[in-house]
Amino acid sequence: MKSVVWTRLRRNKLALAGGIIVIMLFVVALLAPVISPYNPDEIDAGGILSPPASSHWLGTDDLGRDVLSRMIYGARISLLVGFVAVGISLIIGIIFGSVAGYYGGLADRIIMRFVDIMLSIPTFFLILAVIAFVGPGIWNIMIVIGLTSWMGVARLVRAEFLTLRNREFVLSAQSLGLSRTRIMMRHMLPNGMAPVFISAILGVAAAILVESGLSFLGLGVQPPTASWGNILTLGKSNIEIAWWLSVYPGLAILVTVLGYNLLGEGLRDAIDPRLWENR
Amino acid sequence: MTKFLLKKSVEMLFTLFGITLLSFFIIHLAPGKPTDILTDMNPKVTPEMRERLEKYYGLDKPIVVQYGMWLKRIVRFDFGDSFSTDRRPVWDKIKERIPITLGINVLSMILIFVVAIPIGIYSAVRRYSVFDKVTTVFVFTGFAAPSFWLALLLMILFGVKLHVLPISGITSLDYDALSVWGKIWDVSRHLVLPVFVSAIGGIAGISRYMRSGMLEVIRQDYITTARAKGLPERTVTYRHALRNALLPIITILGLSVPGLIGGSVIFEQIFSIPGMGLLFYMSVMMRDYPVVMGILTIGAILTLAGNMLADISYALVDPRVRKA
Repeated sequence: MKSVVWTRLRRNKLALAGGIIVIMLFVVALLAPVISPYNPDEIDAGGILSPPASSHWLGTDDLGRDVLSRMIYGARISLLVGFVAVGISLIIGIIFGSVAGYYGGLADRIIMRFVDIMLSIPTFFLILAVIAFVGPGIWNIMIVIGLTSWMGVARLVRAEFLTLRNREFVLSAQSLGLSRTRIMMRHMLPNGMAPVFISAILGVAAAILVESGLSFLGLGVQPPTASWGNILTLGKSNIEIAWWLSVYPGLAILVTVLGYNLLGEGLRDAIDPRLWENR
Repeated sequence: MTKFLLKKSVEMLFTLFGITLLSFFIIHLAPGKPTDILTDMNPKVTPEMRERLEKYYGLDKPIVVQYGMWLKRIVRFDFGDSFSTDRRPVWDKIKERIPITLGINVLSMILIFVVAIPIGIYSAVRRYSVFDKVTTVFVFTGFAAPSFWLALLLMILFGVKLHVLPISGITSLDYDALSVWGKIWDVSRHLVLPVFVSAIGGIAGISRYMRSGMLEVIRQDYITTARAKGLPERTVTYRHALRNALLPIITILGLSVPGLIGGSVIFEQIFSIPGMGLLFYMSVMMRDYPVVMGILTIGAILTLAGNMLADISYALVDPRVRKA
């Protein structure tokens, strides 16, 4: 099974491109101090808002800081936000989903009703309200995004658990007297992890988009820390004179999100046996 | 059908209650108080005055009592008064902004429908053709591009460089002096970019779902049967396949309402459109609890109405749902 998935993934050029983009981002984020041409926070009063040139490939911002260097450091922020937010949503989603799917009955009804309620709230409104009240900042954003994006995972895990709970290996684990937590986490969860893993990859992309939106509104990562979203805010306030502040950071978000989406979709196709025959 | 609608309505009310309860607690339990904003900046405010202010707003009572009071008023459709200096009723403030936000969202929904569904059908029917490949690239890009970035790029291109479209607000300064047709033309010009920007993600998503829905349906046995009967390919595609492939799209459109409403904050902020999203943003910044709660409630009602519409249209086109 694993080799089939790998072969199919390798044949899917788009997924492979997505994977390469994601790996490149990790490399850029890790090597940020080495590859940045300038210190991202270094202010140059003599060279504010200078257009892209050989000294500053992507130009400078309103304080004369090098845009390319700030974007390289911004990659760290988006990686961090993506993974921590998705980590939080995975933990919550797996707990709720597995309890609902394993126990069924009243627990299932209550949890699923809660999921429906969360899905009916315009989440971005809620995120905005909470962030405005508790104060902006990278940790707050990651926590709030995580707390408002676990519903899909919960549904997936529940569905997997519903089909798994009457299988022989679960029944035998139960008759051996293993604890419920152990059965759920060690025996059932690994069998239902594939779709969850894929939705997590797509979730990283979604979290990066939300973070950039919040930062753009001034409620996300706070300057002087560079994030792609808050460079775009400068782009908006200097829209008449400095197009490079708008174009490049958005392009970085686009490529990043595209990378995660392509990888996630490619993996989904690769593990979906229904699609195996016709390609 | 009546029973179906009744059951849905009861479920909806229950969900709405849950949403307001959750929102109310989250907002009121968050650290800081609206009175802080009014008093922090003013050194003359004594603690007693602050207490009196809190009492005036009803913020001194336990949160459950506060929610009870809010709920008692809301069943009479009274959202209370805004905390801001104008002290206007919340409903008045929201009322004048709903048509703007809703109008833009409805227009962009129509655009999504009109553009995405033909694209989806065509790329499924001509799978792996050049058209299919080009739209696939477009779809993935449309998914990944942050809408506010697209908005910025379009503003730079059409507003700053070409000077053909206005980039802020929904009317020009000389709006009142214009003739009726002039007014319509003026508003349309202002709406082009916001509607397009808010539709682009939906176009990408829906055309993708439409494509995979069609591909799924085309594989079914009854399509083979239809072809075997000798029906022309057009009839097979548009009569037999399309109807069934459209079903899931209805649900997805219903589910996309909260996203559209939530997204309105960002693009109303970019284009300075005086809609619900912008009001929400400003109210959140001022901790205007009644307005924030009001908009969250209205947003939830609109979302549930969207889901309800989706359920009804689903039941109308699919007898299996109606009879169940």
